[in-house]
Amino acid sequence: MNGFMNWIEQRIPLTRVANMHAIQYPAPINMNFWYVFGFLSTIVLVNQILTGVWLTMNFVPSAEGAFASVEYIMREIDYGWLIRYMHSTGASAFFIVVYLHMFRGMIYGSYQKPRELLWVFGMLIYLALMAEAFMGYVLPWGQMSYWGAQVIVSLFGAIPVIGPDLVVWIQGDYVISGATLNRFFALHVIALPLVIVILVFLHIIALHEVGSNNPDGVAIKHKKGSLSEDDKTKFEIHEYYTSKYDIADDVVPFFPHIVLKDLVAFTVFLAGFCYVLFFAPEMGGKFLEHPNFEIANPLKTPEHIFPVWYFTPFYAILKAVPDKLFGVLAMFGAIAALFALPWIDRGNVRSWRYRSGLHKYNILVFAVVFIFLGYLGGTPQENWKIVASQIATVMYFGFFGLLFIYSKNEKTKPVPARIPK
Amino acid sequence: MKNLVLALALLVPSLAFAAGSSVPLDKANFDLTDKASLQRGARIFMNYCLGCHQQQYQRYSRTFEDLDIPADIGQEYLQFTGEKVTDYITSPMPQEAAATWFGAPPPDLTLVARVRGADWLYTYLRTFYVDPSKTFGVNNLVFPNVGMPHVLEELQGTPRIYHEEALVDGETVKRYAGIKADGNGVMNTEEYDQAILDLVNYLEYTGEPTRLQSEAIGRGALIFVLIFFIFAYLLKKEYWRGLK
Amino acid sequence: MSNVSVDANKASPEAQPENNNRRKFLTVATSVIGGVGAVAAAVPFVASWNPSAKAKAAGADVEVDISGIAPGQLIRVMWRSKPVWVVRRTPELLASLSNHEDQLRDPNSDVEQQPAFAKNQYRSLKEEYLVLVGICTHLGCSPQHLNEGAFAQYAEGVSEGFFCPCHGSKFDMAGRVFQNVPAPSNLVVPPYQFLDDTTLLIGSEA
Repeated sequence: MNGFMNWIEQRIPLTRVANMHAIQYPAPINMNFWYVFGFLSTIVLVNQILTGVWLTMNFVPSAEGAFASVEYIMREIDYGWLIRYMHSTGASAFFIVVYLHMFRGMIYGSYQKPRELLWVFGMLIYLALMAEAFMGYVLPWGQMSYWGAQVIVSLFGAIPVIGPDLVVWIQGDYVISGATLNRFFALHVIALPLVIVILVFLHIIALHEVGSNNPDGVAIKHKKGSLSEDDKTKFEIHEYYTSKYDIADDVVPFFPHIVLKDLVAFTVFLAGFCYVLFFAPEMGGKFLEHPNFEIANPLKTPEHIFPVWYFTPFYAILKAVPDKLFGVLAMFGAIAALFALPWIDRGNVRSWRYRSGLHKYNILVFAVVFIFLGYLGGTPQENWKIVASQIATVMYFGFFGLLFIYSKNEKTKPVPARIPK
Repeated sequence: MKNLVLALALLVPSLAFAAGSSVPLDKANFDLTDKASLQRGARIFMNYCLGCHQQQYQRYSRTFEDLDIPADIGQEYLQFTGEKVTDYITSPMPQEAAATWFGAPPPDLTLVARVRGADWLYTYLRTFYVDPSKTFGVNNLVFPNVGMPHVLEELQGTPRIYHEEALVDGETVKRYAGIKADGNGVMNTEEYDQAILDLVNYLEYTGEPTRLQSEAIGRGALIFVLIFFIFAYLLKKEYWRGLK
Repeated sequence: MSNVSVDANKASPEAQPENNNRRKFLTVATSVIGGVGAVAAAVPFVASWNPSAKAKAAGADVEVDISGIAPGQLIRVMWRSKPVWVVRRTPELLASLSNHEDQLRDPNSDVEQQPAFAKNQYRSLKEEYLVLVGICTHLGCSPQHLNEGAFAQYAEGVSEGFFCPCHGSKFDMAGRVFQNVPAPSNLVVPPYQFLDDTTLLIGSEA
């Protein structure tokens, strides 16, 4: 066995990579439950790829056949319903864990120097995921698939000069049609998953280069020679890290300690996932919208059109602006602002534990506003909601504006040199 | 985790706005485990609905199997146009011609319970009323100006709408007071309500034939996850003992 | 200085397992439970490759009206997307079947290519009617039916039979394979039954 492993190792660095990136990767000992969502997103990604591959075995990507083929999967394939629900529930689960993962990054300042690129890769994953989810939602070719696609694609029509031609080009037809469905299918099952997997890989490489942040935002890597033997970790950490830094006695190896923690989180997640999957796959019309059980009908618009819940905050921002072009700009601006977070925040204290009360308040308000926007974007338009969504939109951007202003000379608490016991 | 709960809690109010009807919907207490009710519902469907509507994603054989109807009995009493047991439940009426007769093709009813919801269907089928101004002589409370005749009239009798006078802010207004059948139907009100509930039950079943199987597997899965959690948690504690 | 290559368990007193057996037990138990879960999760993926309800419906038994088949005539029907031949054999043809048995590979149908009821010289339930899956046992081509002496050029003294154009395999009018051809065994007789004198049901035995 050892001989075989050596033979392998001389040809491909299997053990070395496993040691470096998992078994002997130093993880801060104080990582709390907020730190499980990265792992959970990976699990959901695997679920989506597996169930997705299985769904393509019977899905028919054509305007005539798509809806019926989904029902065929749901009714006539052994356990087809389960695989389909795993995929549809997984889509929503993906956004739940990703949103929590992003929020974690915000409260503990995981986007700050030196993790700017890590954050940007993460945001790119989020962006690719939104495109992936949008195109995936078109595929069942129900009423919401069709009209949701209609609304989203026509957003591009707001671009001056080229807008209308661009829309036709994206659709491959003068309306959303089988041609649109077919190209979305190709992108959904091949192109975007590939992009996402590559981005996830880069995200992890970037993470392991700069190291994991933690709830205190305190570095675990210290200048070579700055720590006494007593202050260094007693765990076996890979040479890649120890040769460059002194690793403080504030870490545990990723395996088994963090893996076990993630495993516990996984079982908790699985309980929630299974509950929705088996007992409420529609989640009251939020995960699978009711009109989408009706085949797409270009002649009949559903009473209310909403994107799926994970898009509704941005949809609310779009609707809040009375001008089409500026609405679209505001919507994309809302996502762009998140990209720019590492540069908008000019502070050098990471965790909100050591930052000002204003900062904590700002982040919490932002979270509430984001959820409120999600509510506004996912419910029928009413008069009070127009004003409410405009206020919420201003508050959304206000978060970034305020952060930019106060972070420059923020009154922060002293940050300990080592992770407090 | 608190924030997660909070986030979910904030999403809940949006669920209340699901259907946009002005009439309060009656609760349909359907029971997917009640095979007798499902069988009666299937019978009503095949006799009264299938003339125009289809269930083109559901096979007769699936209905028979899931509802404990022996294939030969089902073929004799529930199949009228000589299809095979394994055929899809399709209507003999040409769907394109129907579109010109009714203004739109009669919608497929395989998934109608998932589109409209059981309560909507239950209320809809019980709120037809005579309205001579309409093409089919009837109108509907939850689906105003519906382009469908009241095909269940022979069961319900002729339904009439009643209004009462009420004083609102000092003004007398006419207020909806209910719908009553004239008693010429085969069924009385309770029987008709039960028949509609059976039909809704059947439609709820065809919308998702795997519901009961799903919940049975789900219970097993949750028990498994609980056991998995206990062991994973103990193992994690074991490794983290003394740390932190 | 470079690598702290000490066993964590030995070096770090607070990480010392208080009970090593407990740790071992929990590790094994959790792994076993996880393994069980993984296997259970694989079930739907494996099961989804079974024939679907649609495939099963399409592969259902086929009823054939045989009242219109003239003596000596062959009709083709589809069963599970495969051609099935139904031949009404004349008494002369039936009598001739025993004449060339020395040229056959498996004249007594010892290889199980037929339901038990067809393990006879005629390879059929009723002598008159031959029911065969029309797919060559070599590589799956569909052989041609040659009659009125056209088959004699392939087998001396046999006037009627099946000839596979792909690789020259030859079968007699009971679907029995000739010697020295690539096909290894007799043509397959599907399960079938007679519902009444004029109706044949292909797909299941009585």
